[in-house]
Amino acid sequence: MAGPDKGFSRWLLATNHKDIGALYLWFSFAMFLIGGSFAMIIRAELFQPGLQLVEPNFFNQMTTMHGLVMVFGAIMPAFVGLANYMIPIMIGAPDMALPRMNNLSFWILPFAFAILVSSLFMEGGAPNFGWTFYAPLSTTYAPPSVTFFIFGVHLMGISSIMGAINIVATIFNLRAPGMTLMKMPLFVWTWLITAFLLIAVMPVLAGAVTMMLMDIHFGTSFFSAAGGGDPVLFQHIFWFFGHPEVYIIILPAFGVVSEIIPTFSRKPLFGYASMVYATAAIAFLSFIVWAHHMFTVGMPLVGELYFMWATMLIAVPTAAKVFNWITTMFKGSLTFETPMLFSIAFVFLFTLGGLTGLMLAIAPADMQYHDSYFVVAHFHYTMVAGAIFSISASVYYWLPKWCGRMYNETMGKVHFWIAFLGFNLTFFPQHFLGLAGMPRRIPDYSIQFADFNMISSIGAFIYGLAQLIFLFNIIRTIYFGEKTTKEQTWESARGLEWTLPSPLPFHTFERPPSIK
Amino acid sequence: MDGDNKNNKIVLKLSITALLMFGFGFALVPLYDVFCEVTGINGKTESESYQGKSFQKDESRQIKVQFIARNNDAMPWFFNPTEKTLMVNPGESILTYFHAKNPTLERMVAQAIPSVSPGRAANYFHKTACFCFEQQPLSGLDSIKMPLIFVVDPDLPKDIKTITLAYTLYDITDKAAIAPDNKAKVSMSSRDNDFLTRRD
Ligand SMILES: [Cu+2]
Repeated sequence: MAGPDKGFSRWLLATNHKDIGALYLWFSFAMFLIGGSFAMIIRAELFQPGLQLVEPNFFNQMTTMHGLVMVFGAIMPAFVGLANYMIPIMIGAPDMALPRMNNLSFWILPFAFAILVSSLFMEGGAPNFGWTFYAPLSTTYAPPSVTFFIFGVHLMGISSIMGAINIVATIFNLRAPGMTLMKMPLFVWTWLITAFLLIAVMPVLAGAVTMMLMDIHFGTSFFSAAGGGDPVLFQHIFWFFGHPEVYIIILPAFGVVSEIIPTFSRKPLFGYASMVYATAAIAFLSFIVWAHHMFTVGMPLVGELYFMWATMLIAVPTAAKVFNWITTMFKGSLTFETPMLFSIAFVFLFTLGGLTGLMLAIAPADMQYHDSYFVVAHFHYTMVAGAIFSISASVYYWLPKWCGRMYNETMGKVHFWIAFLGFNLTFFPQHFLGLAGMPRRIPDYSIQFADFNMISSIGAFIYGLAQLIFLFNIIRTIYFGEKTTKEQTWESARGLEWTLPSPLPFHTFERPPSIK
Repeated sequence: MDGDNKNNKIVLKLSITALLMFGFGFALVPLYDVFCEVTGINGKTESESYQGKSFQKDESRQIKVQFIARNNDAMPWFFNPTEKTLMVNPGESILTYFHAKNPTLERMVAQAIPSVSPGRAANYFHKTACFCFEQQPLSGLDSIKMPLIFVVDPDLPKDIKTITLAYTLYDITDKAAIAPDNKAKVSMSSRDNDFLTRRD
């Protein structure tokens, strides 16, 4: 079989799953840095009360773009990249099932985000209505760039759906003989379920933005009360997509951590089957809890009660997972290499984020927490300490396998501790700010919130710095890292990827491996 | 070849699923309305004149009905109920008026959107005639007295003693492209009509 093409056409015409995986991962890192610099602008403005650096409207553009870029540009493509790189190897397949479609679903993304980010330079500025783009803020009162935003969301939705279809086809059709469903690594399982979630809800998001488009340009009134529509309907449609979306982000993270913790505990994963069932249960429940984001819109009591209890129910399968991770570590011979540090921090901090989620699920209490910094703290504990920490963990975990060179362990640990410190310094005080009544999405605040905001901003700058260490460590590894040809980078890692040489050859498992 | 076949099948099935879910997003629009209508939540009242059975007047209790009139956003009209509260017996048909004036020099079209609180009462508050069923065009400096005929259902839950009916008045001059002084009536909730009457 031929090796890779030379030069740029290798990437432009890439159909090899490892190349496409790498493209996704680099794209996501670039988006992570862009979205991160938006966050730096937000935190710099909030360093002190008063308006110092940016106009309020520009501040709103920053919060909106930060959310959109991080969710759709950084986290989701990072996991799709990991899926592309690892799933074929983990199930003993030679490549993804649909390599050409794979190429297309990646190359749509840079265009989608070029459109989205370029709206910053358009007249009237970028979208400023928050990443949840509630109507009528995103229809009647939206800047003209909203049309580009809608187009961008359509493109990125098509990309996600194609990516998801490819993953399902790969897992269903290309497993090596003997690789039964219940023998698949958990990362493959969580991604299979995530792919189904994507196929189910990304079209609903596309529907929501299409309705916005029609309201703005074609005189319909889906979300306009004046014409018989209802702005609350927008929130229902958005969150019908939005709640499964948070599991689309976190389930692959669960999968990654379920690979890493057993390796560094030198024990098999505790409760494999229960992990699979818990993932499926979480995915199912995610469809019937969306209105917990809308407790304050004036739902009737029965609605509030139903969504409150249904939401709390999700804590049960999630707790089962946390229990399994902890039990896997229990009495294991643990070592604390960088991937393990990130994974343990994931378990600890994600559980904290889950706990504040439970607090927010309590409908009467949510009246106080709603749209406050408490919510911001909550979802950054799940999105950053959940998704981003697990992505960092998986990059350190598989990087030696990908490029046949070892990363610098000390620098990895320094990255971890600075990130851990910076993250908690940023987001822990935001719980207190929220409980004290500071609303989210404001560029200025009253004096009593000053101290915690300053701490939070300092933490954010530290966390930002940690990512530059991360980037430096990756690039250093690729070019100057200590060479390793060991198949087993980590002494007790299980899974088919560790039966292959390092660095991974361009083509793998052209003949399926035998599975015991 | 066999593999291609299997892949095509999955791609086809999943693409159809995605398309159906896209449709489902749109189906949520009528579903939402039906759900609100059936359960009477959201304070949405019927958008057409009540044609159901007539009621016996219930002398045993009186319900306080409050009227609120407010303007959406930059709507410049004066808009007020002629009576702010009424004590009514369930089953009894009541006529009251709202007053609107267009203080600008331009001809404008308004649409009033009703909302009932508590939301539970919405299904027991029947309007046999309401200015909110139609668009309200008004020439500059003109004013109008707009009728509302309603009846409170005698089946109204006993614990509800007060019903508030709030109207929000929207400026829909841009959307309602009706030639001046042609008082064509367009039903309020018909999205199709909005399409037809759009002014380009
Ligand atoms: Cu949710």
